[in-house]
Amino acid sequence: MADHKAETIDINGCATEVRRGGNGETLLFLHGAGGISAWAPYLDALAERYDVIAPSHPGFGNSDNPEWLDNISDMAYFYLDFMEQLDLTDVHLVGNSLGGWIASEVAVRSTDRIKTLTLVSAAGVNVVGVPMGDIFMWSNEEAARKMFFNQEMAEARIAAAADLTEEQKDVQLKNYFTTGKLSWNPRFHNPDLIKWLHRVKVPTMLIWGQSDNIFPPVYGEAYKEAITGSELRIIPECGHLPHQEKLDDFLAGVAANTSKT
Amino acid sequence: MRFSFFHLMPYSAVDLDAIKDTAWINFSNANYDPKEGHKLYNRYLDELEYADELGFDGICVNEHHQTAYGIMPQPSVIAGALSRRTENAKICVLGRALPLTENPLSIAEEYAMIDNVTGGRLIAGFVRGIGCEYHSYMVNPSSSLAKFHEAHDLILQAWTQPGPTAFEGKYYRFQYVNMWPLPYQKPHPPIWIPSQGSTETKDWASHPDRKYTMLMTFSPIQNVVRNMNAYSDKCDEYGYKCQPDQLGWALPLYVAETDKKAIEEARPHIENFFNKFVLAPTEYRMPPGYSSINSYKMIMENKMKFREQYLSIEMLMENGMFICGSPSSVSEKLESYQEQMGYGNLVIMGQFATLDHEHTKKSMQMFAEEVMPKLRHIGEPDVAAAE
Repeated sequence: MADHKAETIDINGCATEVRRGGNGETLLFLHGAGGISAWAPYLDALAERYDVIAPSHPGFGNSDNPEWLDNISDMAYFYLDFMEQLDLTDVHLVGNSLGGWIASEVAVRSTDRIKTLTLVSAAGVNVVGVPMGDIFMWSNEEAARKMFFNQEMAEARIAAAADLTEEQKDVQLKNYFTTGKLSWNPRFHNPDLIKWLHRVKVPTMLIWGQSDNIFPPVYGEAYKEAITGSELRIIPECGHLPHQEKLDDFLAGVAANTSKT
Repeated sequence: MRFSFFHLMPYSAVDLDAIKDTAWINFSNANYDPKEGHKLYNRYLDELEYADELGFDGICVNEHHQTAYGIMPQPSVIAGALSRRTENAKICVLGRALPLTENPLSIAEEYAMIDNVTGGRLIAGFVRGIGCEYHSYMVNPSSSLAKFHEAHDLILQAWTQPGPTAFEGKYYRFQYVNMWPLPYQKPHPPIWIPSQGSTETKDWASHPDRKYTMLMTFSPIQNVVRNMNAYSDKCDEYGYKCQPDQLGWALPLYVAETDKKAIEEARPHIENFFNKFVLAPTEYRMPPGYSSINSYKMIMENKMKFREQYLSIEMLMENGMFICGSPSSVSEKLESYQEQMGYGNLVIMGQFATLDHEHTKKSMQMFAEEVMPKLRHIGEPDVAAAE
């Protein structure tokens, strides 16, 4: 396992939990609705090649839940502050699901510190006529089963949930509550985002599970159409979490994009 | 004691077998037949009007959306219909769900109109709406509480401050608050807060600036007792004595000639109510941010576990979620509960789920003629303390 550390960094008064490990070019990983509870295998694998920075968003994990956090725009500006304060440059920005939405919102505001953008099953856009899966109506078990193509992984996640400590359950609820706050309506998207995605001119990779039950692959196509020169990779036998379910395909996609520069 | 008759207006014509996991949000309205709806609305209006004839002090309606549980998404329509057809009873809208509307001034207007038409017979209920409504209306549950408070402030401003005034909130902004009409009652209609008894609500409603009536709704008896006592304690803390009128209890209730007969007649209907019409998965009821994380966990522990099992009439009576029996046993129960809790308002839901018109009327009449007179004298204001 790569050397890594977890620390709390004050970003403009917001105590932010940050995991960091590995060597190489900077890769900022923005997590999805479920948050980051540990130095996960996908972070470890990325750390073999990059200097991986994986914060918990404000309102998630052990980061503060600041008064000012109302919407995804607040989150985007927070990450512009974050990169500025840590003086991160030439960042490979990678985001999954909710984190992919945040990454896109950051990128339409400024790519000054961003070298490449990789969106994995990203929220943020809406495709009229193709409903998203409604995670807010699903039980934990149902959500796990819909999240993965490989149902053994789903069952493993359900089994693991039984062993969670009270503290871990509180963090899960915190993540769930903040996800609701950011994405209730409009549901998991910002109608204005699509209008400005053409501003993203850095190399962009879109990685999608073919069996994503939350944002079906046509959502990836919508991103591809909006971001000139972007590449869409659809991974077979894969659900909403390619970095967990198909790690090698995920890593290959990230590597292909970051080596474009 | 003041007695009110509350109607949910359930879609009782529903095919009960069609209700699988829920009667809410996604329970298809292909199960709704407007011809049945026409009959039911008029039947239920008759029942509410009958309550006025029988001498109930209040007749109550409320708001729910996209459900067979209650087909009154816009309760002020019903309140408006009742305004001209009733003489004496207060018309209680329990309530309008403030955060569900984009413009709370529309609620202030509806209420003021009813109050004017009836010459001051409105009781204004304010609620947040239950969790399911936030899925149906796509309103963000995480700002529900903050919007509730802001909407309340806006409505009170519209009712009590000579306009035009400006309102500058986080969620609502108006340059010219200048409502026509103003409410008939001064400074404003009585305000009731139907509640499941969260600490925040108790502290807020009992505050000396407000002294709003907290109406405990559909909760197990130990919760009702605990919350009413906590409300009274909070009044003590604020330095005044809680008056009976500040406390209300709402629950389904059925009276018949004997205990045995009452249970027999009510059984299928009250069991349909708690096992079919109320039915909704946890995720439907508890959208993220609707309550604090601590409240969320507590509700999950207590209520959800209780509701995972089939609720028989015996369990419901045991838990004090349903009162049922002969006039004398019902009176005895209500009197002893009143001693424990000190409430001055009793709100009975005399029609529930599939209970038919004849039985509803029979129970209402027996309650009005044989229970109300016995309990009138209790739960009256403590004149000495009020002075």
